[in-house]
Amino acid sequence: MQAFTQLKGLVAPLDRANVDTDAIIPKQFLKSIKRSGFGPNAFDEWRYLDQGEPGMDNSKRPLNPDFVLNQSRYQGASVLLARENFGCGSSREHAPWALEDYGFKVVIAPSFADIFFNNCFKNGMLPIVLAAKAVDALFNQVVANEGYKLDVNLNAQTVTTPAGDVYPFEVDAFRKHCLLNGLDDIGLTMQQQDKIKAFEQKHQQSQPWLFL
Amino acid sequence: MAKTLYDKLFDSHVVTEENGTALIYIDRHLVHEVTSPQAFEGLRLAGRKLWRINSVLAVPDHNVPTTDRSTGVAGIADPISRLQVQTLDENCTDFGVTEFKMNDVRQGIVHVIGPEQGATLPGMTVVCGDSHTSTHGAFGALAHGIGTSEVEHVMATQCLVQKKSKAMLVTVEGALQKGVTAKDIALAIIGKIGTAGGTGYAIEFSGAAIRNLSMEGRMTLCNMAIEAGARAGMVAVDDTTINYIKDRPFAPKAEQWGAAVAYWSTLHSDAGAVFDAVVTLQAEDIQPQVTWGTSPEMVVGVDGKVPSLDLAKNEVQRGDWERAYAYMGLTPNTPINQISIDKVFIGSCTNSRIEDLRAAAEVAKGRHIAPNVKLALVVPGSGLVKAQAEQEGLDKIFIEAGFEWREPGCSMCLAMNADRLEPGERCASTSNRNFEGRQGQGGRTHLVSPEMAAAAAVAGHFVDVRSL
Ligand code: SF4
Repeated sequence: MQAFTQLKGLVAPLDRANVDTDAIIPKQFLKSIKRSGFGPNAFDEWRYLDQGEPGMDNSKRPLNPDFVLNQSRYQGASVLLARENFGCGSSREHAPWALEDYGFKVVIAPSFADIFFNNCFKNGMLPIVLAAKAVDALFNQVVANEGYKLDVNLNAQTVTTPAGDVYPFEVDAFRKHCLLNGLDDIGLTMQQQDKIKAFEQKHQQSQPWLFL
Repeated sequence: MAKTLYDKLFDSHVVTEENGTALIYIDRHLVHEVTSPQAFEGLRLAGRKLWRINSVLAVPDHNVPTTDRSTGVAGIADPISRLQVQTLDENCTDFGVTEFKMNDVRQGIVHVIGPEQGATLPGMTVVCGDSHTSTHGAFGALAHGIGTSEVEHVMATQCLVQKKSKAMLVTVEGALQKGVTAKDIALAIIGKIGTAGGTGYAIEFSGAAIRNLSMEGRMTLCNMAIEAGARAGMVAVDDTTINYIKDRPFAPKAEQWGAAVAYWSTLHSDAGAVFDAVVTLQAEDIQPQVTWGTSPEMVVGVDGKVPSLDLAKNEVQRGDWERAYAYMGLTPNTPINQISIDKVFIGSCTNSRIEDLRAAAEVAKGRHIAPNVKLALVVPGSGLVKAQAEQEGLDKIFIEAGFEWREPGCSMCLAMNADRLEPGERCASTSNRNFEGRQGQGGRTHLVSPEMAAAAAVAGHFVDVRSL
């Protein structure tokens, strides 16, 4: 997993509450054999005017000009600003996969659905809960200022605006540790590699036929 | 302290343990095309390698066609299936994993080829991204299915994060009647304890009837442990185990054989070992079993009837049964032997080994499938099973009796390839799951042994194989 420490990124505003994982990545794309490559189908039903199916050439599909992420000023955004209960619905890990593949590393919202919130951390993404008032203020500033960037610092647990306003946020100490060090479950187990190697050696000595 | 077989297998693989959560070392990792692509992809994205490449053995089985394969992977008609098989091929090449490709004679269902190659050995921990990995417990191994994230975890670390299960002992004493098989024992156990009866447990099967089973039979039994809710099933090592393994390609070679056998001989529960639950059956009481509903626990003897609602234990079961009657198109109190069938499937990781095919062929020999049977498929579990069967002339027996003789794979066990039931069609199947839609949308599955499937094929309806 990619470590996350600090990011200064372009912000895209998605001004909707209860954005569910079905909206983030519709079910027909779950047939994929990949964990990557979901980005072009993130928000598929909102983003395109036609009905999306796996295997389509997404670059040829008609974009919905009314969908905010299609506006040229938000291309290359890495911070998604959203409203309450972001990521509700099914537990599909394809949702954070899709957002991550799209280019988002941070999602800021007043609240998140629980499973989605957990899934983000497993995939190197940082979901940040800020007070509804703070989120309101950020929405206003993003829309008013083209090229608006936020500076997110995980170590300091702060979001800093271009004007220098600082919003502190909470994060579970263990999750922070994992994210700062790029540790997923595999990463954590890897911290035990000396013990695994020692076990393996003993195991090989007593049952060499297992290692043919 | 006296240990159970499960204790011995689990404890001997603990790398570290904290607050009841252990990191256990995995000896054998079997891989197929459906649950591995995201795991390989995950490794690639994180820049990780396989911890121990020679612990992994891969094979495509779920999506492969069972008809003509002369055009290779490119000839797989469904593009999504084709891509999954191609992806496995590419991943195995990229990561250096041993793979039996689709047209390799050693290709077959992952749970058939592991034991066949000697890649499953006593004392091992065996995992695969597939719930029927419990099959391999027949060898006195600790074997269970895992999810895709865990597949990646094992690939990268050779370990799995695990909490120890409780231990259940299922004892079957006595001798089976002729015409009664390991499949019938499995279904009878599930009928007795229910599909959640083994949840949270690792089951050890023991008793005279189990000792007398061949390895094929023990695999059938452990295969179905998952249908009883247990992630792992196992049988202690004995001479039957050791004789089966000898001289298989991945088995220990001469210079290590003696030491291996000495260790394997310790793989049984100690006298006085304590189990958290004990279930006992008498082999003589077990009839050939036929499932009538949409869960493996909805099962009766062939001389029985579709149960009536007043036999249901409670409201929840009443509801389940009512839905099952409707889905299966059956009315309560219908005698099992009056249920006629449209298709027959002999195959799957439960019953596609040579012994299964021999038993079915013996019933089919000199007979012909009934006119109402539209299709009777025999799908060997591996290319080597197929070759062996052909050497024994079983293919001819089946073909003369009107069966189709196919290429190896999962086939109509889950209908991910072209082999499937049409809505409303009724099938006598040797597979392991009779869930709604399992063999095709609207399809109706009755689980039986290979002999009972062959008998149903020739009679056109379920019939006691012992009466033929
Ligand atoms: S034969 Fe059926 S149960 Fe066995 S691995 Fe294949 S699909 Fe799964």
